[in-house]
Amino acid sequence: MRNRKRLVFFLVFLIAVSIVAGLFAYEPLFKKWTGFRSWQLGLDLAGGSFLIYEIDLNGVAPVDRDSVVKGLRDVVERRVNLFGVREPKVYTEESAGANRLVVELAGISDVGEAIAQIGETPFLEFREIVSVEGDMAVFSPTGLTGRYVKGAQLGFDQITREAQVYLEFNDEGAGIFEEVTGRNIGQPLCIFLDGEIRSMEEDCPTVQAQISGGKAQITGRFSVDEARAIVERFNAGALPAPIKLINQQTIGADFGKDALTSSVFAGAVGTAVIILFMLIYYRRFGLFAVVALLMYIALTLAVFKIIPITLTLAGVAGFLLSVGMAVDANILVFERTKEEIKKGLNRLSAIEEGFRRAWPSIRDSNITTMISSIVLYYFTSSFVQGFALALFIGVVMSMFSAITVTRTLLRVFTVPKT
Amino acid sequence: MLASLVLILVLGFRPGIDLTGGTSWQLSFPEETGLEEIKNVFQKETGFIPSVKKAGDGSFIIRLPETGEELHQNYIGFLEKEFGTPVELNFSSIGPTVGRELRARAIWAVVLVLLSISFYVAFAFRKVSEPVKSWKYGGIALITLLHDAGIPAGLLALLGHFKGIEIDTNFIVALLVIVGFSVHDTIVVFDRIRENLILHRGKRIVLADLINESIRSTIARSINTSLTLVFILLALIFFGPPSIFYFVLTILVGTVIGTYSSIFVASPLLYVLRGKGVD
Repeated sequence: MRNRKRLVFFLVFLIAVSIVAGLFAYEPLFKKWTGFRSWQLGLDLAGGSFLIYEIDLNGVAPVDRDSVVKGLRDVVERRVNLFGVREPKVYTEESAGANRLVVELAGISDVGEAIAQIGETPFLEFREIVSVEGDMAVFSPTGLTGRYVKGAQLGFDQITREAQVYLEFNDEGAGIFEEVTGRNIGQPLCIFLDGEIRSMEEDCPTVQAQISGGKAQITGRFSVDEARAIVERFNAGALPAPIKLINQQTIGADFGKDALTSSVFAGAVGTAVIILFMLIYYRRFGLFAVVALLMYIALTLAVFKIIPITLTLAGVAGFLLSVGMAVDANILVFERTKEEIKKGLNRLSAIEEGFRRAWPSIRDSNITTMISSIVLYYFTSSFVQGFALALFIGVVMSMFSAITVTRTLLRVFTVPKT
Repeated sequence: MLASLVLILVLGFRPGIDLTGGTSWQLSFPEETGLEEIKNVFQKETGFIPSVKKAGDGSFIIRLPETGEELHQNYIGFLEKEFGTPVELNFSSIGPTVGRELRARAIWAVVLVLLSISFYVAFAFRKVSEPVKSWKYGGIALITLLHDAGIPAGLLALLGHFKGIEIDTNFIVALLVIVGFSVHDTIVVFDRIRENLILHRGKRIVLADLINESIRSTIARSINTSLTLVFILLALIFFGPPSIFYFVLTILVGTVIGTYSSIFVASPLLYVLRGKGVD
């Protein structure tokens, strides 16, 4: 039988792939050979901080928003990189019309310090005075902000020896600065840091002449240390738009590790019980389902690792649930096959018939789970997305293992009775 | 189902911080201390008394309004003075806008899943229009799903009332998972009914008998498919991390209810909603 030979070959191939996949997914062993692609653990398992900032884009023209958001991300990323955190993640999200900046810091020890550093990035803005009502000046933003700053330098006043910050604007900023100084000759121009000035005298130098070339200096505000800190921050990049911390989550490293260990243990126990159940209830058929299940676990974990999917607690839970339903298709097929045998079909055709007849219900029930996971993926935040993705991949892979793998096993090992 | 609805309406849910905004802070202290001591320190230092709960591992979970980093450090400061340097297991602070948004999305997700699964069932059974129209299969699936999701939801309302368990995003996820899973058994039974109906096409049939026969021949597999999932869920309840205990419990209850409902809710409904002139 040529056909049978081909089946055997296919089966050997599947088993070989699964063994490789299993070794690849089993970190403690795989790590001994090579450091290639280790598991990516989410913050809830590795421990770390998850910060969400809201970006205030009110002062930014709609056309510029994308570039401002992107610039902001780059600046915060440079800043975060200074902490020496392993693989920090900084990304932006848009939801319900609001722009958010998400910072993920794995395994950081002092979150307070990190938050301070990210948040302290000065938001610099030049404002002009439009009118004066009594003692109160009314300010109007000029549109010239820190996002136009190309670089900063620490300097000292030649006479007073006071620390100064020299700012250099980029070309666009230089143009705006020239225009702003041009229309404010003889007027004070105020430099707001994080939306504040200390007093008119200190922070609002009078514009002597129109300044072209894009260079400005801020004088008299700082001690030497303050000035140096500001210069460093500007060179890492000033925030092009103000941000506000709206969501913070910090998970202790031990907490995450315990969660991972106990989930893995629970998964192993659950899987063992399923294996026992299948063997006791379905005997010989059950054995094939168990082989298919083990191959399913190895292959799915390998797929997770190679994509790579960041493993969160929710993702692990989703995967374990998919293990719980991976043999469902097998059960449906076996029950159907038993029925067909009772009807008087021989084993081989009963198996084929079992697969054929059970297929519509397997297909329909798996599609409903896929619908759930797709909706979950698109309607929720990143934590839940891991769960949804794991569940979806799990369901797709389980259809493959329960149908293709089990069927091949049964075809190869069922010898027609003569 | 009805009892569950009453529970939800009367007791309501206790929304978690991720749906309303607020802060949840889990930490443990080197020195032995109790709930009252922590509450007292907060009252002395801040003037308000937060809700403090004890977690399974001896740590404490403190519920606060949304707390910025400065306040957070400030709280650490006075707790440290009193009870020694705390170990922070988990600190999450969520702004009210994020909470509102998550809540809106969660509701949308539930509605969308319910509708799309029902439509899918109606679509999958489009070939059998006699004696029960295929949209009725979809409608029944929807009612069954509401039943399956409603009972665990009622349980959570009860737990929320008596044990202070909160409804968070995980709970919504659990409900959606239940909805996705519990329809499996219903589909298996319906599928058999569909097959039998096609088999007997043209002959005179007694629908009640046909449904009974279909249930009888599929009941073992309905139970077995759920059982394998129940094994995993039980393992997670006993050995899994405490943080997902209620998540798993919700799914477990839903799975069991889902198996029961495919036999005792969905199939009888199919008979009740049969077309005219069918026995």
